[in-house]
Amino acid sequence: MKRRTFLATSALALGLAGTAFAQDKVKVGFIYVGPVNDGGWSQHHHESAMVMKEHFGDAIELVEQESVPEGADTERALTQMALSGCDIVFATSFGFMDPTINVAKKFPKVKFEHATGYKRAENVSTYSARFYEGRAVQGLLAGRMTQSNVIGYIGSFPIPEVIRGIDSAFIHARKVNPDVQFKVVWANTWFDPAKEADAATALINQGADVILQHTDSTAPHAAAEKAGNVYTFGQAADMAEYAPKPRISSIIDNWAPYYIERVQAVMDGTWESKDTWGGIASGMVKIGEISDAVPAEIRDEAIALEESISSGAYHPFTGPLNKQDGSVWLAEGEVADDGTLAGLNFYVEGLSGEVPK
Amino acid sequence: MDLSAIDPVILIASLMVASTPILLAATGELIVEKSGVLNLGVEGMMITGAICGFAASVQTGSPALGFLAAIIGGAALSMIFGLLTQVLMSNQVATGLALTLFGLGLSALIGQGYAGMKPPPTRPLDLGVLSDLPVIGKIVFSHDAMVYVSLALVALVWAFLRYTRAGLILRAVGESHEAAHALGYKVVRIRLMAIGFGGAMAGLGGAYLSLIRVPQWTEGMTAGAGWIALALVVFASWRPWRLLLGAYLFGGITVLQLNLQAAGVAVPAEFLSATPYLVTILVLVLMSADRSRAALHAPADLGKTFHASS
Amino acid sequence: MIRLEKRPSPSRVWTAATPVLAVALTMVAGGVLFAMLGKDPVAAIRIIFWDPLFNEQFASYSRPQLLVKAGPLILIAIGLSLGFRAGIWNIGAEGQYIIGALSGAGVALALYPLEAWFVFPLMVIAGGLGGWAWAMIPAILKTRFRTNEILVSLLLVYVAEQILAAMALGLMRNPEGGGFPGSRNLQQYPAAANTELIANSGMHWGVVAAFVAVIAAYVLLNRHMLGFQIRLTGQSPRAARFAGVNPNGLVLFCLGASGALAGLAGLFEVSGPAGQVSIDFNQGYGFTAIIVAFLGRLNPVGILLAGLLMALTYIGGELAQFMLNLPAAAIQAFQGMLLFFLLGLDVLTNYRLRWGKREIA
Repeated sequence: MKRRTFLATSALALGLAGTAFAQDKVKVGFIYVGPVNDGGWSQHHHESAMVMKEHFGDAIELVEQESVPEGADTERALTQMALSGCDIVFATSFGFMDPTINVAKKFPKVKFEHATGYKRAENVSTYSARFYEGRAVQGLLAGRMTQSNVIGYIGSFPIPEVIRGIDSAFIHARKVNPDVQFKVVWANTWFDPAKEADAATALINQGADVILQHTDSTAPHAAAEKAGNVYTFGQAADMAEYAPKPRISSIIDNWAPYYIERVQAVMDGTWESKDTWGGIASGMVKIGEISDAVPAEIRDEAIALEESISSGAYHPFTGPLNKQDGSVWLAEGEVADDGTLAGLNFYVEGLSGEVPK
Repeated sequence: MDLSAIDPVILIASLMVASTPILLAATGELIVEKSGVLNLGVEGMMITGAICGFAASVQTGSPALGFLAAIIGGAALSMIFGLLTQVLMSNQVATGLALTLFGLGLSALIGQGYAGMKPPPTRPLDLGVLSDLPVIGKIVFSHDAMVYVSLALVALVWAFLRYTRAGLILRAVGESHEAAHALGYKVVRIRLMAIGFGGAMAGLGGAYLSLIRVPQWTEGMTAGAGWIALALVVFASWRPWRLLLGAYLFGGITVLQLNLQAAGVAVPAEFLSATPYLVTILVLVLMSADRSRAALHAPADLGKTFHASS
Repeated sequence: MIRLEKRPSPSRVWTAATPVLAVALTMVAGGVLFAMLGKDPVAAIRIIFWDPLFNEQFASYSRPQLLVKAGPLILIAIGLSLGFRAGIWNIGAEGQYIIGALSGAGVALALYPLEAWFVFPLMVIAGGLGGWAWAMIPAILKTRFRTNEILVSLLLVYVAEQILAAMALGLMRNPEGGGFPGSRNLQQYPAAANTELIANSGMHWGVVAAFVAVIAAYVLLNRHMLGFQIRLTGQSPRAARFAGVNPNGLVLFCLGASGALAGLAGLFEVSGPAGQVSIDFNQGYGFTAIIVAFLGRLNPVGILLAGLLMALTYIGGELAQFMLNLPAAAIQAFQGMLLFFLLGLDVLTNYRLRWGKREIA
């Protein structure tokens, strides 16, 4: 049986005398950087894993480990999962990248999937979502809904993924509202409810009446609710408990279809290392329900944009677009290629402030 | 850069809200330290208070009952520390650290079912005309009741330490437990009461975070606020009114930093965040360099184990 | 009524018996906790305490991992115990650990990609010096101004954390890292990497240093004049002064030594298991080491055992998490209980329980 042999090999690779045990099920492991009820990033991976588990039922065995610190402990968590007989392990945080590559070397027969990273190997795939497609729809809604023409944006870290989101939202807000201004605040954290609430309050106090966030807690929504007449968007999760106001829509990570596809591939023996960057079309990025607080014609406009992105008719980064310093980035009709987008580190024209170095 | 975007009145008002949790916790720890006990478990007690308060108010629909539950939860946890350090004479530093570890774990366990919920809302007090006063109205008279409770507690603690006999005894115990014991005071009992008060206040501070300031429950949501409260007590050199100043300094730095960013000012965030601690060290040095004054405020027997051997 | 009576000297029987009793009580209390969570308590306890050592599938991997996890704890705790014995309280080892790691990693990043034999030794020196220097701040303030070293060393932890964040986001950020915070991975820089000395043994230089520190501390405390001075100062500062001990010198030595060891622990961690400077590089080893020092009763051999026990609960706890689907929080609470029992029962070694009223002398 194939499982036996691979366990024996992986044990050999480590120089171990562990005994392999036979098991027919495919064993799937997940490690999360936060607790599985963090209300955002880790919770969404966990819920997608649960949908996947439901899909396969008894055909698979699911093991999970939450709150795995990035660094030395990651490597041990991954190794222990591999040793316990996992056929495929999903490492669901960017900071797990190097440990995943290291452990994958020791277990050539175990498949690894790393979320949002850029290092791959024979047995390591990467997967990520095109959040910027959702950001385009958010930008449009924000530009239409703002009264003060000031939109607040809570950034986590100045990495390409976040900068893509800021650029995309800004481009589409400006398109529908040329007077719109963005205020960007860097929280330097993915998840710190108190700090996120402070950031939202600071933005609201300075006139922002729409808040976009690239941090994971619902604290900004609560701050907006308290302030009144401020709109927000769910991040990673739907955050529907704050609908219909302040939360008027959301971008949802929907990893379940991908997880089902990849586990199925392991079952079929067709798994290969690849890089997946899924957007609205593949279902990896979903736009949460646009609430009643949004007038019908704006909602229709947003849905039309979503559909044109989904069908491939429109790319959110289509020229003419200039960089912040005024130099030309994309000529009329030109579309940004994935390579440039993956490493995007500059603001587009019209945004104020600097990308922190 | 557009500094005019920052409205100082609103800024000060939000500083007060941001500082309330650490002010509450620090007021409690001040009493604990005045009695000669160093409890490093503030973070653990705060987060336990945060979940106890959150769970109770979600269950009952009443924020007031939530705060009550937080007081009980924080005090109950502090009694583990009290039992270990006062009765079983374990080391205070190690026990306090263990208390933080335990509190973080326990709170996350209790909170398993409460993630993603919304607590019942707490409205600002309706102070009628007062709230409409220019400037002062917004800064002073537009908050929820807990902000005023925290200020009142600072005043109470100040009056207690300064004017009451019980306050005098508490300070005597912290100054020299041997002497206090010789005078017939029940050192262990007094310290246990102080520890319990510290736990209750830390719990209250935690609940302010989970019920009003954020408001939601997530694991580890205090994110170091308890440690800041500890530093704050030292910064205040064990004087209640200075806690207020310190709380706005410590609690305000983050708010100020975010406001400056929103106004387009590039600030070295880490440097700003480190300044309150550096200032605190400076205060400590100045205090200890001036020996006559140091003796007045820092409890001499802080952190020492007491056993009535005679 | 029960009261406590101080023993003339610590009980040998109880010294050995209390840790066993504490672990046993924790198993019971923890078992109740796990049962309340709907998990099999016996299985959970077995996985935490037995499987990391003897499970056929895991043990050959997790046994060496015990050393990896215990190494920094022991190294830091040994340094701290010297001061604690003399009544000098460095509780800022976490900060010294961070600064040590930053100094060491800074040397490596500055020399990158130079491949030379002296890179790693230079890093070790820088790491130790960094931790030493950070600990010298409370030491000098204490000797010059009598400033309380507990508070200063604790406050400097927060400052060090901010410096760490600034470095991970700024100066030390990996220029090829796509803008993500965090430095280059030192594991991929052979001249700077602190790799396993024997494959799959868990032994890296940090573990070696921990063992050396245990032996050195043992010799120092039992055979050396300085060790005698440390013990004497702890027991009676007045007597120590009459015996000619220089209290300021002792403060400088104890804080300096503990800072240097914490700095080394940070350096070995950043160049080995962790691999890079990242915003949350510090995992609380500096604070956990304080607990380890007390669990080991400030005795070098005791600290060695206490460090291994702590490591066991970490590793066993991780196994229990994914084998039984226990929440991470349950493991934290369980560790907290273990510490409470260990700290609380320790009273039995120094005190005797007496029933009845105190007789009047």
